[in-house]
Amino acid sequence: MSPTYRFTLNGKPAEVAGPPMARLLDVLRRDLGLTGSKEGCGEGECGACTVLLDNQPVCSCLVPLFQVEGAVITTIEGLAQGQAGALAQGQAGALAPDEKATELQRVFANEGGAQCGACTPGMIVTIKALLDRHPKPTRDQIREYVSGTLCRCTGYERIFRAVEVLTGQRPAEGEPAAHSDEVSRT
Amino acid sequence: MSLSWSPKTLAEAREALAQGATKVAGATDLMVTDHASGREHASVLNVLGISELQGIRVEGEQLSIGAASTFTLIRQSPEMATHAPLLVHAAATIGAAQIQNRATIGGNIANASPAGDSLPALLALGAMIAISGPRERRIVPYNAFHTGYRTTVLGPDELIERVFIPLPSPAVQIFRKVGTRAAQAISKVVVGFASDRLEHHRLANVRLAMGSIAAVPVRLHDVEILIEDHPLTADLADRAASLVEKTIWPIDDVRSTAEYRRHVAGQVVRRLLLDLLAAPLA
Amino acid sequence: MEGCASNIFFASAETAVHGGSTRSRIGLAIKSAPMDHLNAVGRSVLRPDGLAKVTGRALYLDDLPENGCWHGATVRSAHPSALILSIDASAVTDPEARVLTAKDVGPRNSVHLIHDDWPILADGRVNHVGEPVALVVAPTLARAQAAAKLIKVAYQAQTPVLDLDAALKGDPRTGGRENVLAKCNVQRGDVDAGFAAAEVILEGEYTTGHQEHAYIEPHGVLATPALGADGAFVGIDVVGSLQCPYYVHKALTYLFGLGDDAIRVRQSTTGGGFGGKEDYPDMIAAHAALLSRACGKAVKIVYERQEDIIATTKRHPSRVRHRTGVKRDGTLVAMDIDVLLDGGAYITLSPVVLSRAVLHSAGAYSCPNVRIRGRVLATNTPPNGAFRGFGAPQSLFAVERQMDKVARALGLDPFAVRIRNAYREGDITPTGQLLKESVSAVAVLERAKSATRFAERFAANEGARAARKDDGKPMRGIGVSVFWHGSGFTGNGERRMMSKGAVRLRPDLKIEVLSSSTDFGQGTEGIFRQIVADACGVALDDVVVHIPDTAAVPDSGPTVASRTVMVVGGLLARAGAKLAETLRTFAAHQSGTAPAAVVLSNGFFETDRGRTPFVDVAKRYVTLHGPLDAVATFEPTPGSTFDEATYQGDAYAAYGWGANVVEVEIDPDTFITRVTKLTTVSDVGHVVHPVMCAGQVEGGTLQALGWGYLEEMKMKDGRFLNDRMQTYLIPTMADTPDMETILLENPTTQGPFGAKGVGELPMDGGAPALLQAIENATGISLSAIPATPERIFAASRARKRS
Repeated sequence: MSPTYRFTLNGKPAEVAGPPMARLLDVLRRDLGLTGSKEGCGEGECGACTVLLDNQPVCSCLVPLFQVEGAVITTIEGLAQGQAGALAQGQAGALAPDEKATELQRVFANEGGAQCGACTPGMIVTIKALLDRHPKPTRDQIREYVSGTLCRCTGYERIFRAVEVLTGQRPAEGEPAAHSDEVSRT
Repeated sequence: MSLSWSPKTLAEAREALAQGATKVAGATDLMVTDHASGREHASVLNVLGISELQGIRVEGEQLSIGAASTFTLIRQSPEMATHAPLLVHAAATIGAAQIQNRATIGGNIANASPAGDSLPALLALGAMIAISGPRERRIVPYNAFHTGYRTTVLGPDELIERVFIPLPSPAVQIFRKVGTRAAQAISKVVVGFASDRLEHHRLANVRLAMGSIAAVPVRLHDVEILIEDHPLTADLADRAASLVEKTIWPIDDVRSTAEYRRHVAGQVVRRLLLDLLAAPLA
Repeated sequence: MEGCASNIFFASAETAVHGGSTRSRIGLAIKSAPMDHLNAVGRSVLRPDGLAKVTGRALYLDDLPENGCWHGATVRSAHPSALILSIDASAVTDPEARVLTAKDVGPRNSVHLIHDDWPILADGRVNHVGEPVALVVAPTLARAQAAAKLIKVAYQAQTPVLDLDAALKGDPRTGGRENVLAKCNVQRGDVDAGFAAAEVILEGEYTTGHQEHAYIEPHGVLATPALGADGAFVGIDVVGSLQCPYYVHKALTYLFGLGDDAIRVRQSTTGGGFGGKEDYPDMIAAHAALLSRACGKAVKIVYERQEDIIATTKRHPSRVRHRTGVKRDGTLVAMDIDVLLDGGAYITLSPVVLSRAVLHSAGAYSCPNVRIRGRVLATNTPPNGAFRGFGAPQSLFAVERQMDKVARALGLDPFAVRIRNAYREGDITPTGQLLKESVSAVAVLERAKSATRFAERFAANEGARAARKDDGKPMRGIGVSVFWHGSGFTGNGERRMMSKGAVRLRPDLKIEVLSSSTDFGQGTEGIFRQIVADACGVALDDVVVHIPDTAAVPDSGPTVASRTVMVVGGLLARAGAKLAETLRTFAAHQSGTAPAAVVLSNGFFETDRGRTPFVDVAKRYVTLHGPLDAVATFEPTPGSTFDEATYQGDAYAAYGWGANVVEVEIDPDTFITRVTKLTTVSDVGHVVHPVMCAGQVEGGTLQALGWGYLEEMKMKDGRFLNDRMQTYLIPTMADTPDMETILLENPTTQGPFGAKGVGELPMDGGAPALLQAIENATGISLSAIPATPERIFAASRARKRS
């Protein structure tokens, strides 16, 4: 029988039985159904698996399960609901009209910060941590703090601009959605 | 089925250590190699929670750094900034934020990679490593810690408890890393330089340590002797560069070429000496 | 444009065209619907999948519920060239594991692309490291991987051909002759006469290396079998991370010999493609489908990063030779170009990559006498395939560096020699195509020059080199490039495909867009919504896009070749206009008006008597008649032809144009390049979504810069050495310059609202501009990329010695 580890996940208590050296990324994705964090490289190089561990961004592909005992973990799913919110399983299809994304996520989407979206959860989590530390970061501060999260689509320019728009350093170029967050795909 | 241990003190850790449990610190290297090789561990010991390995503080004539200190903590520590900026600069170049938040100084030392960025800094600062285990704690000078490529004096039932930097630490501390790119970079050449204050255009107590150019991080004693207590001039800088090139034994690998490493190692040393010449500290 | 700030500028057609005539954007006849009111196109509206992506809710292949699916693993060759003596799976004792080899594939063991030479499983021999030799499936991934490790393959190694030099010496597989996978030749004028009349003749050779796509989401596919009453395999349903569902569909119908309806292919949310998911998904889908057939279960195959890098296609390495004759004032009189590409072990898409390389190889320049010879040679390396730009970045790198050489030899600045020769409207290309509209080579160059004060800074840097002190301060450089990129398939490709796009008014009153074009980051879904909304005259929210699913959408062709907006968007605009036409007529009859008096605009039917909301009319229509479909099929432009035998004619329906200015700082001690600023000027005809368009330019140009100085793919004995993200280096944020992105609109009659393609253009100019900047900074002229510090150092050392 595998040992059980207890920690706080997206504001709620969680309990997982598993091998001590199981990757936190696998625990999140396979045991807990939180597929928001992605495996881009499996070696801590791309940051697509980034989660907050005791409020610090870390690569969840590098964190062994037994070391999260007692820790506070926030994933991209938790950010969507605010740190204290409960979390539903990932869903395809339309978002409910009263679903709330944080302002960072909304601006990021509006300003072209996400293209293919594979790096986006890791990017959002890392930037959230950056903004907790530097509420109005310069570009170089963004570069330095977020350089461990790789993007192949955007060239990073729209990501920088999204943060600058969010922090009032640049006017918006994108149009926010007039209606709610309906995903128009069938 | 594997055992896991998360002790709060060294005493609690002893049994796990005696059983030869795999020591797990930040795991930023271990998780990668395990995943690639499929290796499984009979038992694992989390060293991050052990109290004796925590904290960064001045204790008498040494700066005492807990082995479980992450590079983020090292970067944020006022004591580190005051006494060991060389190590702070090194920490800032390791991976990126996610890695610095997990990787520890103890783990970096135990992992003993030839390209470990903090290691030349430790050599240049004359670090001492406190090793604990079933037997009495022993202190090993860092320059005697490595025994070969990725091998050290650390026994399977021992762990690194603290890293000591003797105080007062060198007044001149310069870190240089030639990486593969601007962040998330393995070093091609990494240099830790320390000396006493420049007086009469001479440097005393010179320590020149380099990584990624040999199987272990090394101090270049011949070059240190060349520089030590001689007038710091452009000519000395050139001769130091030449001697660096002759002294080191870099290799071709997936990241770089021996020829480039050799040249750049010399140029980095030359430049830091020229910078010192241009901006004397006395 | 209203609402847009800072760096997106819209030059009207008048100012964009050098000496050209006024051009109206409205009423573009042949390829588009009449466009009087653009309500959605031109706005940076929230992309429909944006919020799902930023909240982690978008489901990529490996996020989909597994529902008990089994897992596949692949056994791959460690040899570049060998006979397979035996495959021994006897050590696999897992009772549920199944092992497949070539004998289990059936009579059509090849990935059906252009030619059928690419084995799905190696049969009797292997021709590259990483070639799939056996497949394993088991209920869990761990069991599949464990079983795969137990399979023993015995090889008899043979002498491999590992690079172009070896290939040129003769391939043992072809009896010691060159093993040519494809050829392509173009001629115009009389090159020999041209050289005779030249005042200066210069030669150069330029090489580029492999490039790995490094999409953040690796390949993945999930295949679910359809089983008949007797348990027989009758079909397969594939979901995957892919660009071209119909390519996979064709490959699987071919493989299994089943009818079109037996195979269904759908795209899952795809985390990046860049061409890397154009061809390879055919292979991984075939693998998953075969395993699924073998075990009767759904089977998922997802590659980890290392396998993805080792096994999948890369950008073709190239070696391009130029011999150029010019007058002393820099005017081109003769260009003789030899294009050589390394195709790897199998043909895949090499003939088309070569074709595009050849057709772009004389650059954005007019020259009366041109001879271009192109070949792709086979080597025992993993087959190379589609990668953004598709041959053009390689040949444009060469011609731009050659023009730099010309400039230096003549004492001209890089702008002067480019502007002198750049295409203007009315010029003729090497295939004899008359560039009759939408030509912006000069406009993009002039804009780039003024935006960056290029001339004065280039001169200042040249001067600074001579006066440089030994102070360790970085050397500054600035470089420019100009380039063109054909939108749509080459030559008769679009004509052969006869792509279709459709729209449907559904019972729920949404207009549904039906096409096989995929979104893998570039915003296809949102952009089609905008195009169709305006083509129909409805509000954006009235339009939805069906996921690319071969069971539901027509074949609009692949999502490649910068054709999505211009060709497929054009089809959808026509289909939308047809739909609107039917509804307008219906509304007219309903209200007793003449159809000509009814306008559908921005969601309202308007007559001089007032207006009715679209949904009201739509509801009446579907109540009476049910859903309404409208389809548009590709129509070749009348009078536009291309002769594949002579390679003469209209190679592309339209060309995008770009200029890049790259600024660098080079550390004199380490030769490390830091790109400090990037300025791009791109003519895309008409900007559909300013933020997304800028995003394409910025992302593509950073990929080009990465290719130019950072992304080195080394090989040893036919194996990729940089097979991890730690060692295959793509730019991080810390490596990335600030970017100024200037978009110009010089519309074409060939695309909706005048739009041309933008997907690949940004790949074409970053690398040569970067190398010119390095040369401006250091005086060192490199002709091979990536321009790593090691290469710059080696060149510097060689220069010192000579």
